[in-house]
Amino acid sequence: MSSDLAIETLGGERMRLNMGPHHPATHGVLRLIVDTDGEVVANCTPDHGYLHRAIEKIGECVEWPMFVPYTDRVDYVCAMNANLAYCLAVERLLCTDAATKVEVPLRAECIRVIVAELNRISSHLVAVGAMAMDLGAYTPFLHGIAQREGVNDIFEKLCGQRLTYNYITIGGVAFDLHKDAAAEIEAFLAQFEKEMRRFNQLITGNTIFRDRCAGVAVVSAAEAVAYGLVGPNLRGSGVDWDLRRDEPYGLYGKLGVRVPVGQAFAGTHGMIGDCYDRYIVRLLEINESVRLVREALKLLPPPAEKEADPVGGFQADVTKQLRKPPKGEIRVRTEAPRGEMGYVIVSDGTKIPYRVRCRTGSFTACGIFNKLMKGIFLGDVVTVIGSFDIVVPEIDR
Amino acid sequence: MTALDFAAIAERAKPAEARTSDNGQPWLLVPATELVRLCILLRDDPALRFDALADLTGWDLLKYPATPPSSDIAVVYYLHSLTHRHHLTLKVLAPREACAVPSVSGVWPAAVYFEREVFDLLGVRFDGHPSLKRIMCPDDWLGHALRKDYVYPAAYNGIAHLREGQKFEAAPVRGAPA
Repeated sequence: MSSDLAIETLGGERMRLNMGPHHPATHGVLRLIVDTDGEVVANCTPDHGYLHRAIEKIGECVEWPMFVPYTDRVDYVCAMNANLAYCLAVERLLCTDAATKVEVPLRAECIRVIVAELNRISSHLVAVGAMAMDLGAYTPFLHGIAQREGVNDIFEKLCGQRLTYNYITIGGVAFDLHKDAAAEIEAFLAQFEKEMRRFNQLITGNTIFRDRCAGVAVVSAAEAVAYGLVGPNLRGSGVDWDLRRDEPYGLYGKLGVRVPVGQAFAGTHGMIGDCYDRYIVRLLEINESVRLVREALKLLPPPAEKEADPVGGFQADVTKQLRKPPKGEIRVRTEAPRGEMGYVIVSDGTKIPYRVRCRTGSFTACGIFNKLMKGIFLGDVVTVIGSFDIVVPEIDR
Repeated sequence: MTALDFAAIAERAKPAEARTSDNGQPWLLVPATELVRLCILLRDDPALRFDALADLTGWDLLKYPATPPSSDIAVVYYLHSLTHRHHLTLKVLAPREACAVPSVSGVWPAAVYFEREVFDLLGVRFDGHPSLKRIMCPDDWLGHALRKDYVYPAAYNGIAHLREGQKFEAAPVRGAPA
């Protein structure tokens, strides 16, 4: 269709349209410079930097544990996962030298999985809800946000915060689970599963929604890999890769993570790697996260006796190690809701990092926009942005 | 699908030299002139098949306590093979002045964004890049913030960053490592 109505045949001219930086469907302050050819996108150039806060530079100026709160701000939709990625990287760095070895207690490992997966649930709820909202379906978003409140309530009881938690620390977690936490989480999950059935009835099987996503912005598996897509965006293209299963960290090796991949879920009009596949992969990951939270709750050891262990078995003391960490570099990658969150950390042996580098999923997802948007309809631009689940602070850092 | 260890990969990736970091992480030192040829080899060799550029970053070695000291900018490539599930770290040392490295955006399209970021924050020019411009800072920003000799600007386009009489807090002092 786009070729029949091209500028060349009609003799018209292109119109330049600025989407953003303040546009509700760009999920933050992302600016897309769209050249339109009638109803068809002729060219689309993302413009970044409106939310650049020099987080990597700050990393070179504060002490090792003082950087943890900044990781929350790298991706505030899944701050627990962002905490985890950085803390894991520092722990691995310490473990490269026998003198500074650190061992995270089992209870802390279990709590980390629980909070990380709960945060993945709430992050994916925002993703699928906001994508539906971008396509004009407002109600599913509210259902998603209402469930996210449940997760936020659990986190608030745990650490006092609802958005940026600063909860996972180097060597463990900041606070222990309170004694009713397991029952509360279980109660939340039980009602959540019921609520998700309603969510799916509302939107997932909706013909209008499905047809608007089916076959739009198809990314082949080879393209997804070459463009550096990660996480659900990569799996949506049918690539079977999940760091929790394939390079397990923490407790994930014991949990047997099951990985959903895109398989043209939209039916006859669907193709592997279209917007609907990326959407469904997120929904399936929510189910998997629910299972992982339950598994981790089963493995959770009882709290340690206060007399026997002053920090209650949920935190290893790393104060000494962090004053003189080993010299060198390390790269650690974790599976955050928006895909690989990798930290490269360089240490010069002092209490301040020499270099902290954070690689995020949304950044590379934006790299493929220019290619994907060419030739699609203007109305599909928001579908594409929504389906890649970009979070702008993560791009600009 | 066989994952190769570092020694086996290094053997195939001549003329790159195998090195290890201070804490024992292996990496390959690649001469800038050989970079693109080597990257194509690493991507296309059926036994290696590094199909993904997992990350591309860099750091300034100016204040790193290495022996001998260096003032180069290290540009670091983290390659990953989804086919064989092995990894490789490449480094190119770019001289501080006339800091340029060939672009690998023709090998992995993911490099287009990564290289723009390294250019913006570390001031490394990537020859052959399709649209090398700043990605995070404004286009008229001066200097490259992640260089260790970066001086905080007092103003941007006539807008002062500090109130009258206010001073930047001193940058943290890097003690000599014990």
